[in-house]
Amino acid sequence: MKNGFKDKLSERVFLALALSSISAIALITVFIVIQGAPIIGKVGLRDFIFGMTWAPSQGKFGIFPMIIGSLSVTLGAVVLGVPVGICGAVFLAEFAPAAVRNLFRPAIQLLAGIPSVVYGFWGLIFIVPFIRDNLGGPGLSILAGSIVLAIMILPTIITISEVQILALPRQYKEGALALGMTHWQAIYSVQLPAAKSGIVAAVVLGIGRAMGETMAVIMVLGNAPGIPTSILDPVRTLTTNIGIEMGYAAGDHRQALFATGIVLFVIIMILNITAQFITRKK
Amino acid sequence: MKISARTSEKIAKTLIWTAAVFVLAVLMFIILYILVKGLPVINWGFLTQVPRSMGREGGVSSTIVGTLMVTSVAVLIAAPFGIGTAFYLAEYTKGGFITRVIRFSAESLAGIPSIVYGLFGFIFFVIYLDLGWSVLSGGLTLAFMILPTIIRTSEEAIRSVPKIYREVSFSLSATKTQTIFKVVLPSALRGIANGIILSIGRCIAETAAVMLTAGSALRMSRSLFDPTRTMAVHFYILAVEGISMENAYGTAALLIIIIFLINVVANTLVNRFVR
Amino acid sequence: MKFIAILLLAVLLCSCGPGTRSAVVVAGSTSVQPYAEVLAEEYAKRYPGRDVDIQGGGSSAGIRAAQSGTADIGMSSRGLSGDELQMWSAEIARDGLAMIVHPNNALDSLTPEEVRAVYTGRVTNWGELGGPEGRIHVITREEGSGTRGAFEDMLMEGQMITLKAIVQNTNGSVRQLVSNDASSIGFISLGLVDDTVKALQLDGVEATGENVTNGSYMLFRPFIFVSEGEPDGSVMQFIEFTMSPEGQAILAGEGLVSSGEVARR
Repeated sequence: MKNGFKDKLSERVFLALALSSISAIALITVFIVIQGAPIIGKVGLRDFIFGMTWAPSQGKFGIFPMIIGSLSVTLGAVVLGVPVGICGAVFLAEFAPAAVRNLFRPAIQLLAGIPSVVYGFWGLIFIVPFIRDNLGGPGLSILAGSIVLAIMILPTIITISEVQILALPRQYKEGALALGMTHWQAIYSVQLPAAKSGIVAAVVLGIGRAMGETMAVIMVLGNAPGIPTSILDPVRTLTTNIGIEMGYAAGDHRQALFATGIVLFVIIMILNITAQFITRKK
Repeated sequence: MKISARTSEKIAKTLIWTAAVFVLAVLMFIILYILVKGLPVINWGFLTQVPRSMGREGGVSSTIVGTLMVTSVAVLIAAPFGIGTAFYLAEYTKGGFITRVIRFSAESLAGIPSIVYGLFGFIFFVIYLDLGWSVLSGGLTLAFMILPTIIRTSEEAIRSVPKIYREVSFSLSATKTQTIFKVVLPSALRGIANGIILSIGRCIAETAAVMLTAGSALRMSRSLFDPTRTMAVHFYILAVEGISMENAYGTAALLIIIIFLINVVANTLVNRFVR
Repeated sequence: MKFIAILLLAVLLCSCGPGTRSAVVVAGSTSVQPYAEVLAEEYAKRYPGRDVDIQGGGSSAGIRAAQSGTADIGMSSRGLSGDELQMWSAEIARDGLAMIVHPNNALDSLTPEEVRAVYTGRVTNWGELGGPEGRIHVITREEGSGTRGAFEDMLMEGQMITLKAIVQNTNGSVRQLVSNDASSIGFISLGLVDDTVKALQLDGVEATGENVTNGSYMLFRPFIFVSEGEPDGSVMQFIEFTMSPEGQAILAGEGLVSSGEVARR
């Protein structure tokens, strides 16, 4: 009887811990919404999201330029980072000699752990001057942000994609080779399609990481709250809008930054759910 | 004109090798550049002196202490909740509604950008609970941030403990509680520790969330209610404001070395764990 | 049961309760911050054991922190307004604002009208200002910054700074960018101007502390300490140190203008 009671008790304790863990997400959501919702109500959801002018001191709270900013920088990072990342994963899973792989894997793991500000700083001292001197504009630009983010999402994409390729049953590859395919044909027409959903999930996670990054992009984007007209223009993302103005903001301005947080939160949640859905379908 | 299978094989191989070498070269260049510039700055004085004139002179000791304090608070608070949740998920549930909700929440929590944790920590801990910019506010915010990592890695570790262990334990008429604490926990400990070490790495590397919640005071903090500045924040401020490039490189190199050591420890744990 | 012990420890950690803060906390404007850091360092040297923590965060955040008690003193680099005027405040110094360009920039002087034209985005080429052809990279501070507020009040005459302008959130980062980009222009605290950038004359008047004092250089703003209610104890001691001839001399040495000397305008 006593043992039975202990078992009940420990189950309860574990359940309590689990429930308090998940209440974290409720707590975060509630507090950010409480802070940000009033200003959305005041400005109107449509004017907040599609408003073209961000000038809090004049009561103008339009975050459309920042949404464009986040999308364009993330798109740039995906275009630059995903093909290279998938190549990296294929390399690790299929081509790399054991010695190279044993160097490559821990290196990628190390790079995933390096503080993002270090990448941003590197972008600031190498990428930004390079763009300014060779391509024109102030250097702080969508392009600079995309390059830095592309490098930052590489470890995520490489690691997860590699796991997905390695997780495929051996027969896929062996069958393809037995049918007379070359190694590359087997990868391209059998293994990659079979690992597709996992790789897509990796890309979605990479997109989430790119969109959520703050400090590294503050350093290289220039943070101008206007609609960019070229990839060499400075731009502001949703995250940098919060990061750069939070310190000084008060009243409506601060609420508007929390509201920016809500928009970011919603976008990321949609990405998360998409990723979870893709992985689960498999 | 159709390219023969042989040629396309060659082209693809070349491309993939090039991409891989390129990735490794770029990433290694970033690290080596920082290390080459930063390692000469690091000496005993750099590690033990407090920063002076906003970090232009002196060392980084107070930021090392700040990083340690914030990280310890985060891990001490997140670990029990994370491991407990993992045990509940792995040992007690059989795919019911609650499990799905918990797992969905944990996975969603994992994707939230750190700046959002920062916003939350700022409004909840700093303002609402009136903890101010402090080690405690920063640590609690980071605890929320690393919780999903700890849950996921611990759950994996617990699930990888062979079923037979539990069956043997039960057959010796041990209770479920005894089985969990005497059999499963010890076997899963390495995996759990690995997750915690990775979380420590995340805490040390985080900038945005800590800046909004722990502040950026340079003085050595003596209590959990003192504001503090972590190494990553210090590096950011030194570099962006151009206060001292030399000390910025030194701080960055120190961060890279710490992350490297953390990875080495984690890898050692995983390798032993697998064997 | 180990982790329950850890849990208890965590609860203990949380329940010590506030009030164990060991130092005077000063928070606010990142423009005042570097000067306050120097003051705090000297103060700690003079009175060992009396610590002062200096936090950034921004003028508004600092004032709010002082109102709520999160900080003992708030630092503001802009004039107070609204309910902030109810608070106890002391102007510790005045700070000029310098328009800065790259040292290799051919221009030495701009008129306020020209600066305004650049910052509204009407003028986008250095050629239009008499310099060599080339796009102007305009750098400004973020919304809410005291420095930006002061710049807008004194120069912009109610017009909006162009949304195309690059935004940075500290004086240091503006200076850093301008020192690296030959086509850029920005504005920073006068005391932070060094040889990596060139301060422009405004209407031919050099940006110096002297010219702020005698009233001929028009771009300056107050640095203010605020506190919720009359400060006392260690908080007042630090403020008194700041206002003392010694404290003021430290600030003057860093390029600020002592409040007492400013010609009233």
